[in-house]
Amino acid sequence: MWDAIGVVVFVVIAFPVYWMIASAFKPDHELNSLTPTWFSLHPTLSHFGDAIHRPFFWDGVKNSLIVVTVTVALSMVCAFLAAIALAKFRFTGRKLFIILIIGIQMLPQVGLIIPLYVVLARYHQVNALSGVIVTYMTFVLPFSVWMLRGFLLGVPKDLEEAAMVDGSSRIGSFTRILLPLVAPGLVATSIFAFITTWNEYIFARVLLNDQAKQTATVWLSYFTGTSRNTDWGGLMAGSTLIAIPVIIFFLLVQRKIAFGLTTGAVRG
Amino acid sequence: MTPSELPGTAYAAEAGIRPRRRRPFTVARVVRGAAPYLLILPVVAIVVAILGYPLYHLARLSFQKYGLFELIAHHGTNVGWANYSSILHDQVFWHVLVRTIVFTVANVALTMGIGTLLALLLTKVSSVVRVLLTAGLVLAWSMPPVVAVQVWLWMTNYENGVLNYTLTKLHVGNYFQHDWYATPFSQLSLTTSLIVWGAIPFVVVTVYAGLTQVPTEIVEAAEIDGARPWRVFWDVTVPIIKPIFLVLTSLSIIWDFGVFTQPFLLIDQTRINASNELMGVYLFEEGYLKTDFGRGAAISILMLLIVAILSIFYVRKMVRMGDEAR
Repeated sequence: MWDAIGVVVFVVIAFPVYWMIASAFKPDHELNSLTPTWFSLHPTLSHFGDAIHRPFFWDGVKNSLIVVTVTVALSMVCAFLAAIALAKFRFTGRKLFIILIIGIQMLPQVGLIIPLYVVLARYHQVNALSGVIVTYMTFVLPFSVWMLRGFLLGVPKDLEEAAMVDGSSRIGSFTRILLPLVAPGLVATSIFAFITTWNEYIFARVLLNDQAKQTATVWLSYFTGTSRNTDWGGLMAGSTLIAIPVIIFFLLVQRKIAFGLTTGAVRG
Repeated sequence: MTPSELPGTAYAAEAGIRPRRRRPFTVARVVRGAAPYLLILPVVAIVVAILGYPLYHLARLSFQKYGLFELIAHHGTNVGWANYSSILHDQVFWHVLVRTIVFTVANVALTMGIGTLLALLLTKVSSVVRVLLTAGLVLAWSMPPVVAVQVWLWMTNYENGVLNYTLTKLHVGNYFQHDWYATPFSQLSLTTSLIVWGAIPFVVVTVYAGLTQVPTEIVEAAEIDGARPWRVFWDVTVPIIKPIFLVLTSLSIIWDFGVFTQPFLLIDQTRINASNELMGVYLFEEGYLKTDFGRGAAISILMLLIVAILSIFYVRKMVRMGDEAR
């Protein structure tokens, strides 16, 4: 009985994702028919061709990749250093730093578009990828610090101490013992940062007004016309292309992400 | 201040021999004392520069007349409390506020309710179904919001959307060419379905992780003592998952109150008006699109204040957790 309910729930929850991918491969007459085709026997790739040949698709992908790569690389270095401070040291102001880290994550992003737009405009950073990158960093850094701290705390203390007793310096024990042990956590955090940055919409929308400068999500949001003349096949193909990298990455690290986000929360 | 709270004392040393000798003042100690500050310096510098300064600017803007002209001139005119009083005397603002509160309550209740039920369902199903269900949840979780909006638009399309077809076929009613975007209630309900669908996976995975921590011995002991299942659930399971539940609820409240992307893109620019705006969309329309940055800044400040009040519980909880560390 429970299993039957479980399967029904699975169908309901997974359906939108299935429908996106299935629709992307359907020929037009199946998409436009009043009776939906649940599983197409005549799949076509033509919608993908339409999507990638639409203006600014490749600009969007390129811009997204630049923004994501730079944001994640810079954030990981800074966040890892701060996470070490939180996990390994006690210092005056530590609590204040934690409040800062947690507090920032609570700020609704829409509440910050106006000051960021005005301030970045003053420094000529509107319509420049650099302005978006620094903005994203302020949002990626806090949760990265928090997640990495969780992974660092997961490293068995004995291992580190053993290394110190062996006469390794602190730096030595860091590079030889700590780094390999937190590497999976570092990868998971980077991927989570990648996903957050890739998915981001509002700042990219506000800070980049030139179509050639926009990121992939903004490109997608401009795809729809009015519902009468929307190219649904092309839209679903574009959606699939933008979602696929995220879905794959997410599947790879979802266990670690759940751990990183909730370390300690379970212990209460 | 206990010895372990002294600046720069390494955590690793903390577990060592307790009655610690006073160490002589050495260069090494100074370096170690400065180490944590040097480590957090880059993060603090970036956050203060890119967030702190704009926040200060936000407060100033909210007391200024600041439109396109002022943006180009880089100079606003002081208007005192005018922006605030114009907002607080605006009927629309109060309607938006009430609508956002109702919307948040509904979304959080649905997310937490369905999420918890599904987590409990996960503990009941066979392992094959559990893997299947988890995979479905992870798929939903990984969908970028902007993409999910497009899929929703396609599924709810009035002409040949799959939702109208399915509802009609299941005899829920006649949904042939039903326009889901006709009324504000319908528009916001659709937005809710999208948000809840996207938010449930995180809740299920986290609550389920909490449920697996309930020691089976205690449950069995209670059952042997003759406790009924609901009694076991109420007295054993609930107290153990309560902390996670509270943290997730407060996070959901904060997220749903400040939601923007889903209502903005799903309801669509052409249909957005005073009858369906949520706080985030209202702020975007009034401040950014109408390029009245001063007024927008005042709305932002009010919104940030409300969220700050809502976050107090969560932040305190997390800070305590971060302090426990090791």
